[in-house]
Amino acid sequence: MEFLAQLVNGLSLGSIYALIALGYTMVYGICKMLNFAHGDVIMVGAYTLSIAMSTLHFPPYLAIPVSMLVCAVLGVTIERIAYKPLRQASPLAVLITAIGVSYFLQSLALLIFGSTQRKVESAINVGLIHIGDFAISGNAVVTLLLTIVLMVGLTWFINHTMTGKAMLAVSEDKGAAQLMGVNVNKTIAVTFLSGSALAAVAGVLYIASYGYVGPYTGSMPGIKAFVAAVLGGIGSVPGAMLGGILLGIIESLSKAYISTQLADAIVFGVLIVVLLVKPTGLLGKKVTEKV
Amino acid sequence: MAMLQVENLQVFYGVIQAIKGISFEVNQGEIVALIGANGAGKTTILHTVTGLVPAKAGQIQFDGKDLLKTPSHKIVSMGMAHVPEGRRIFQELSVYENLQLGAFTRRDKAEIAESLKMVYTRFPRLEERKKQIAGTLSGGEQQMLAIGRALMSKPRIILMDEPSMGLSPLFVSEIFDIIQEINKAGTTVLIVEQNAKKVLSIANRAYVLETGKIIQSGEAQSLMNDDSVKRAYLGE
Ligand SMILES: Nc1ncnc2c1ncn2[C@@H]1O[C@H](COP(=O)(O)OP(=O)(O)OP(=O)(O)O)[C@@H](O)[C@H]1O
Ligand SMILES: [Mg+2]
Repeated sequence: MEFLAQLVNGLSLGSIYALIALGYTMVYGICKMLNFAHGDVIMVGAYTLSIAMSTLHFPPYLAIPVSMLVCAVLGVTIERIAYKPLRQASPLAVLITAIGVSYFLQSLALLIFGSTQRKVESAINVGLIHIGDFAISGNAVVTLLLTIVLMVGLTWFINHTMTGKAMLAVSEDKGAAQLMGVNVNKTIAVTFLSGSALAAVAGVLYIASYGYVGPYTGSMPGIKAFVAAVLGGIGSVPGAMLGGILLGIIESLSKAYISTQLADAIVFGVLIVVLLVKPTGLLGKKVTEKV
Repeated sequence: MAMLQVENLQVFYGVIQAIKGISFEVNQGEIVALIGANGAGKTTILHTVTGLVPAKAGQIQFDGKDLLKTPSHKIVSMGMAHVPEGRRIFQELSVYENLQLGAFTRRDKAEIAESLKMVYTRFPRLEERKKQIAGTLSGGEQQMLAIGRALMSKPRIILMDEPSMGLSPLFVSEIFDIIQEINKAGTTVLIVEQNAKKVLSIANRAYVLETGKIIQSGEAQSLMNDDSVKRAYLGE
């Protein structure tokens, strides 16, 4: 029973990683860049949630969409200002810019809110759920369910709307997509928008279990989600989901049964082993040379 | 005035000039061919027309509208489709999804369904394989898909870049028959080919390109009988 509870924790932690990993993987798929500022979008989402709930006294059902909106706008703005001028630039220049944006967001938060962490009321408060004489965390169950709904929604959006198909077309061949009449800039904006809105939800869920937000709140989940995206195969949407869930389970079980200190080392160890065996990640596509 | 009018076009890749002041025109209803050896600049011209490559100087007018000032993604809805070099179908999407993307800018569902039916009638193989992932099609089938995808935009003019490349002789003949049929059905064609013999036999007019310049032009028939063209491009 203890094991089952740990598994639920792992699933819920993993679904948060998965939501963040989706943003990394979608952006990579379309722009072939690693958006290292993505983790910090979570931090902005968490601060927004905190302000909306404690200062403006918004109820959670309003505060969460507001946080999603702020992050979506932020994501699109970052792309416009920082990445769009670098479309033709070397990958290294883009990577350094992304790291710069990440530091910029952290410093900005530090300037506005200071370094002390701020307590955030949880937007999600579901008590323990009892099944017989066994209890699991209600928040974990809500996190898992919400994530499943979002993932199903995203998958449907990508595969069944023309905007989604345009995203797939752009990620495969920007020029050919343009010849079809697809506006590449708009499609990239939609990608940043949806990835950032998902990150906001991840932020809300993360804060619901963590309770505090500070300028660096986004970095650790950001890095873990990045690992999840690579583990699942960067560029692959199902891969990001699988990678996130696996990572959460491995982390939770390692913490419970092996060692709290070693948990992160184990997580990164798994990544290294997987990449040695399958360099493209679990569900990653074979890298084919274009002729 | 011609449907497509290119005047004194100059295109550079960095400091290298690929197109050195080229003028040509395509009239409504014609099949016009651009022929030339490897690296002559044929693909560059088509890419400049549909905005994938920027021009340094010159003019491109389509129905009197300035294409050099039109963003690439707006050109298809003006009635111009481009079957690019190497086909560039969306390998990871299904045949049907590729065709759907061909009609990306169109809104009328009934008309799109009609175009789809027309494409399936012309290429029954595509209908049989509509659920198949496009990357797993054979080379000839991929070329059919690339042409079918272009037709889904209901173009008035279609630009084709070496549609016979890499195909077996049987398929080459089939593709050229199809191009003629498409033209007879009312679509103007601008076609680029290394297979000069085949393309001159279906074209009305042709331009001969050499390292970024047009060195000869005229009726396809007379070019076919021209000694220098024969020697250089027809292997005679
Ligand atoms: N992206 C590019 N960057 C730099 N130079 C290029 C690029 N694309 C083409 N070129 C050069 O421009 C010239 C014209 O190339 P283009 O592809 O238009 O020729 P082509 O007539 O289509 O040849 P082919 O028959 O081999 O397809 C060539 O010298 C080529 O090397
Ligand atoms: Mg070419």
